[in-house]
Amino acid sequence: MPDLLLELFSEEIPARMQAKAADDLRRMVTDKLVAEGLVYEGAKAFVTPRRLALTVHGIPARQPDLKTERKGPKIGAPDAAVQGFLKATGLNSLDEAKIQRDPKGDFYIALLEKPGRAAIDVIAEILPVIVRTFPWPKSMRWGERSAKSGALTWVRPLHSIIATFGPETEDPEVVKFSIDGIDAGQTTFGHRFLAPAAISVRRFEDYEAKLKAAKVVLDPQARKDIILADAKQLAFAQGYELLEDQVLLDEVSGLVEWPVVLMGSFDQEFLSIPGEVIRATIRNNQKCFVVSAPKTGKLTNKFILTANIEATDGGKAIIAGNERVIRARLSDAKFFYESDLKTKLEERLPKFENIVFHEKLGTQGERIKRIERLAAEIAPLVGADVEKTKRAAHLAKADLLTEVVGEFPELQGLMGKYYALAQGEDASVAAASEEHYKPQGPADRVPTDRLSVAVALADKLDTLVGFWAIDEKPTGSKDPYALRRAALGVIRLIVENTIRLPILKAAKSAILGLPEKGAKYPAADAQKLPGDLLSFFADRLKVQLRDQGARHDLVDAVFALGGQDDLLMVVRRVEALGKFLDTDDGKNLLAGTKRASNILSIEEKKDKRSFDGAPDVSLYKLDEEKALAKAIDQVKSEAGAAVAKEDFAAAMSAMAKLRPAVDAFFDKVKVNDDEPNVRENRLKLLNEIRAATRAVADFSKIEG
Amino acid sequence: MSRASTTKLSPAKKDVDGRDKPGHDGGHWLPIALIPLATADTVPRAQNPLARPILPMDELPAHMRPERSFQGFILALQRFWAEQGCVILQPYDMEMGAGTFHPATTLRALGPKPWRAAYVQPSRRPKDGRYGENPNRLQHYYQYQVIMKPSPPNLQELYLKSLAAIGIDSSLHDIRFVEDDWESPTLGAWGLGWECWCDGMEVSQFTYFQQVAGVECAPVAGELTYGLERLACYLQGVDRIMDLNFNGREGADKVTYGDVFLQAEQEYSRHNFEHSDSEMLFKQFVMAEEACKKYLAAGWKSGSNQKEHLMALPAYDQCIKASHVFNLLDARGVISVTERQSYIGRVRELAKACGDAWVHTEAGRAS
Repeated sequence: MPDLLLELFSEEIPARMQAKAADDLRRMVTDKLVAEGLVYEGAKAFVTPRRLALTVHGIPARQPDLKTERKGPKIGAPDAAVQGFLKATGLNSLDEAKIQRDPKGDFYIALLEKPGRAAIDVIAEILPVIVRTFPWPKSMRWGERSAKSGALTWVRPLHSIIATFGPETEDPEVVKFSIDGIDAGQTTFGHRFLAPAAISVRRFEDYEAKLKAAKVVLDPQARKDIILADAKQLAFAQGYELLEDQVLLDEVSGLVEWPVVLMGSFDQEFLSIPGEVIRATIRNNQKCFVVSAPKTGKLTNKFILTANIEATDGGKAIIAGNERVIRARLSDAKFFYESDLKTKLEERLPKFENIVFHEKLGTQGERIKRIERLAAEIAPLVGADVEKTKRAAHLAKADLLTEVVGEFPELQGLMGKYYALAQGEDASVAAASEEHYKPQGPADRVPTDRLSVAVALADKLDTLVGFWAIDEKPTGSKDPYALRRAALGVIRLIVENTIRLPILKAAKSAILGLPEKGAKYPAADAQKLPGDLLSFFADRLKVQLRDQGARHDLVDAVFALGGQDDLLMVVRRVEALGKFLDTDDGKNLLAGTKRASNILSIEEKKDKRSFDGAPDVSLYKLDEEKALAKAIDQVKSEAGAAVAKEDFAAAMSAMAKLRPAVDAFFDKVKVNDDEPNVRENRLKLLNEIRAATRAVADFSKIEG
Repeated sequence: MSRASTTKLSPAKKDVDGRDKPGHDGGHWLPIALIPLATADTVPRAQNPLARPILPMDELPAHMRPERSFQGFILALQRFWAEQGCVILQPYDMEMGAGTFHPATTLRALGPKPWRAAYVQPSRRPKDGRYGENPNRLQHYYQYQVIMKPSPPNLQELYLKSLAAIGIDSSLHDIRFVEDDWESPTLGAWGLGWECWCDGMEVSQFTYFQQVAGVECAPVAGELTYGLERLACYLQGVDRIMDLNFNGREGADKVTYGDVFLQAEQEYSRHNFEHSDSEMLFKQFVMAEEACKKYLAAGWKSGSNQKEHLMALPAYDQCIKASHVFNLLDARGVISVTERQSYIGRVRELAKACGDAWVHTEAGRAS
């Protein structure tokens, strides 16, 4: 079956857009083919800085013929209806129609056969539409035609299109179409500098091979493999190790069609700058890799660049040029670093008074003070030294105004640590600069140093409460202030460090820190906001448990108890409950409790009353009732004692004792006894089951 | 700093043209053969410049060669772009932050009439002053600006040829087009294009204008901007702009960039950061803003059935003025973060109004 080859040859496509563009092209073309009844065998898209290419193989040469029936008028219908039918269906006379009987009578039926079209003609219609509607993140107009409305837009000027179609054994045909003056053909061009001549191609195999001969590696993965292998090899040959960097590799492979990996060096003296600064300089500005010494893991004075040409001098000029630029860049970085060291971190703080954090939430200076205050309150709860915590919170953001962080924002925190250590701060105080931003996501490390934990919690809670107060909560996929991440961070800090932090109280305290003690913001209601925030935490906790593959419905069962704002205890309850529900005792008790709840809610509805209050011992008629009452009393006190000791596993084991009594009760006792007072008493007993289990969770909220 | 890695790559500079033997100037060396060495070629090869579009550098006296002389380098660019049919303009006679502000770019980019121009534009960025002490940063520097409307289909090739014309050989050097979207909030302008890299150094900006002064470009113009000092440092193999050889001469006749501009950098840095008269500048901003609006309002020709403007250029001068005054105030640190946005917005409004006026002038409209 025939194959399609498509190439869209343009000026340089931004590296960051390439992978998605290849994916979009494959998806759009194959979706359209299938929609047109052209089911293909396979498709693969490729991308280089100058071309987007697609091969689709095993496309049928024609669309399948389409047979449809069209119902016409009744036999003997007026002539106008018959004429209309003939016209609409293209039949010459009623002789060509079939007659079909249905309950309403005999009808004319036209059998319409729409012959499938040649695939090449269908493709010629599909492709221009796809090019015209291609979803580039940003596209542009160019050249003379841009003066007219409806001019073609593309990511950068589009120069030529290859579109061929045909079976393997024959010379394929060019798919004939034209977009804004560009005729599809079978000509492309090789590497911009190494083989710029025009190349005529027929099909994919031929295309890929000829491009390779013209110094273009079409497959981005192949380019990545080459760069990675050569870079490792170059580093290894000199006794070093490449610092692998997937993001950089992706980008670099999108900047070259013919990767040539070279190694350069810089002056040893620059190694006095922190390694992260060297790496950021070389990586962000120059798109080069750095290498380290295998034993110490420390950076060495080498870097690895990826050129796009095989230079006639073997790359000497390219290395020398890159070395010059890197020398200049590192000189700047060194200058920044050294001049940063001349100013103490606290001396930078007054400047934060002029920097707006958020229009409604005041300046960075005010925010730092809020974090300081909140961190000092949290410190005793996490076992951190209050004075040191204050100091850490005081300095934690100061590096935002340093030159190095101005240049490389991703080094925020880390530079603060270096500068704090350099000015003789306590090691934990210094570490908090870096660690209070953590954890940045579900995979990031959670700090354990108590100082860092206190500042990290204060930072995140201030953010959450602040944005809640001004009603800037995340909606749908929009979370511009990364509040979900902040909440998850709080949960992980608390749980992984086993911290007891009453969230409601902390949130109330954070509100008091807001401008004018929160009075400025209607949404900062000290009664309502903490509760809203708590349910946001509950949602985050569910998401996290779900992501970990744990049961997340139990979160609701625990929060339904009310007053649960100790996230560590919530998690502990959820864990114990999960384990308990995995046992037979747990499953049966859950079933029994649910049954009790169901009966209760039906009867409560019927009687329009609840059945609170202690049952009357004198009204027990059956042994099973008495046994259940006894079991409930025992379980209540045992489970209550266990919960008081925060031993939820023990509470669950106590609860398990309830099961035989509950089972026996439902087995032998009819709840809706004919005597109203006995019935009422039994309903009260059922309510006691519900109450007893509520020592750990609201079982009615559990699924299953 | 170590030179070990580069000196071995530096071939001894040969006397190629037999007319001028440059002395080794101690600190400066050519890192690499930026220019293909002619093989004992002392005979001019091409008499007809059209037969050899690339500048025949081996015919130039040494002091005019782009890799030895800052002015020779500029002249090479001028000649190259003149050969591509550009009008070679002189700098605009007002202070501005970049060559894009020149009306030959900002205004001429608008409207349907074809336009090709190239020029050097002295550019002032008061905030970038470093008292002449930073090797790469100046408050006054030169940009080389090329504007072609509509953008020709071979603009990238022309750009690469211009690099060849100043001695950057693409078989030796790694030239790359790296994504860089351009936006000027003060001009109400944006475009897509690249930073052009040579061996990892950004040497030019390449932009397809999509919108300027709030007006859609129809057709689109292509703009090239060369950072002249930086490129010259690369060509001459020096690390500090002040060390550039300005006139290409050696010994007593040599004039460096520092000889010409060091004092100016020091004086203007003092002025920009410490002494500029903020009170006066605030007034100047308002005066320029008001004058711009006044000239715009007065320029609309009445009584004609076709909307026509007769004073777009003088009005636009005031917009340039306001923009520069704002930059001076910003450097002086007297504009707060929030005010900053509002000042930029005010300049943008002027630029937009000027753009709107321009497309109703003889040069800016269709017929």
